[in-house]
Amino acid sequence: MRSFAYSRAIDAADAVRRGSAPATKYLGGGTNLVDLMRETIERPASLVDVTQLSRDIAEQADGSLLIGAAARNTAVAEHRLVRTRYPMLARAIASGASAQIRNMATVGGNLLQRTRCTYFYDDDGSRCNKRHLGQGCDAIGGFNRMHAILGASEACVAVHPSDMCVALAASDAVVLLSGPAGERRLKLTDLHRLPDDRPDLETVLEPGELITAIELPPLPFGARSTYRKIRDRASYAFALVSVAAALEIEDGAVKDVRIALGGVAHKPWRAWRAEALLRGRPATEVAFMAAADAELADARPLKNNGFKVELARRSIAAVLGELAGEQA
Amino acid sequence: MSMTVNGAAVSLPEDARVSLLDLLREHQRLTGAKKGCNQGACGACTVLVDGERILSCLALAVQYEGRSITTIEGLGNPGSLHPLQQAFIEHDGFQCGYCTSGQICSAVGMVAEVRRGVPSHVTADLTADEIALDMDELRERMSGNLCRCGAYNGIVAAIAETFGEAVE
Repeated sequence: MRSFAYSRAIDAADAVRRGSAPATKYLGGGTNLVDLMRETIERPASLVDVTQLSRDIAEQADGSLLIGAAARNTAVAEHRLVRTRYPMLARAIASGASAQIRNMATVGGNLLQRTRCTYFYDDDGSRCNKRHLGQGCDAIGGFNRMHAILGASEACVAVHPSDMCVALAASDAVVLLSGPAGERRLKLTDLHRLPDDRPDLETVLEPGELITAIELPPLPFGARSTYRKIRDRASYAFALVSVAAALEIEDGAVKDVRIALGGVAHKPWRAWRAEALLRGRPATEVAFMAAADAELADARPLKNNGFKVELARRSIAAVLGELAGEQA
Repeated sequence: MSMTVNGAAVSLPEDARVSLLDLLREHQRLTGAKKGCNQGACGACTVLVDGERILSCLALAVQYEGRSITTIEGLGNPGSLHPLQQAFIEHDGFQCGYCTSGQICSAVGMVAEVRRGVPSHVTADLTADEIALDMDELRERMSGNLCRCGAYNGIVAAIAETFGEAVE
């Protein structure tokens, strides 16, 4: 690990002031950044510890839930309002990493964790456009069963590893930011980028910009939501495919629905197309499958991950079927 | 600028690169916590911070100013073993022993999480105020601690017996 300067921010303004210096990174629980620094893939000159910033989880007057970016993953998953109103979020968090890591990892850090593509990690032996733009990508012709089937590019086929972000994408979550140019709000679905020709840029954050909180707007049918994760081991493994979904049925028809996928793209993948197809349609397995087919119509599997297309298709239909069954 | 380790004040390292694990093992000579993978994949380095289990290999020690760290040496010692340490012996909860400190610290933190109502991946009812620590819950919640000897049956038996009132 390269040496670096460490400082601890006392509030968001202090953090942004410190974080605006060149080659500076914000530090949450360190579960991803410290590992990447040890591999010298990340080489910051200084770290600004933002774990002392707000970790409050509080309901606001409009019924939304505000979660401070320093809240630990465990704290979010165990919060009563999260468990009862957004079960897909509690389940997504509980299915990620291990309990020890969830106790350390912050919400802000979870959003900004980097891909677990093994070629990205292999600094000595593999080419990676994410590490060195223009170098090439050894995952495209390599062992790529974990990689993207949607939204990938000629430059990068890596996937975003977060489970929590998939549930946040399905929840219409908003990210609150503070930076040198002031404060702004972003939809979580607009935070992460597809790789295009700049896989080194993973989010639309400006230099020095800090995530201060996540806002979960009221989702009246959020209690009827869940998260399903398919992985190589029963626990403690990254997703091959995951699905976060919420479903509201009225008179046998889909009144409203939210669907997002994990493990399939460079960002948490909101299934806008499937949702649009389902609204107003009968809540049947045939309709669920048709919506899944439409969402995956643009899938471009690689040499080793063709199975993900069928897996995602069946998982979407199964999760919607499960949620519909609860309301039958 | 200090933290507490097993009740004693310990100065923070001058070099911010020092992990909590290296501070414990190399600076404090508390070699109970083990360096297995050093990348957050095995759980051998698990310690308790203010009662919560974390991975000391991924923790920068400077982040833990003012916190109270408990390692396996702080849970029990020869002659005054923690009940879970005794149960690991009785149930053959280890062969080589390398993962054992992490397993035991992790289990102590795990039981506190269950009593607090933290849900796991296998918790069926998220709205319940109380969670029963059945075998599925126990195995899922301990999945961050690997044992390459495969002593899992003994590990599970030791934890189930020790925290019996929490296990169905």
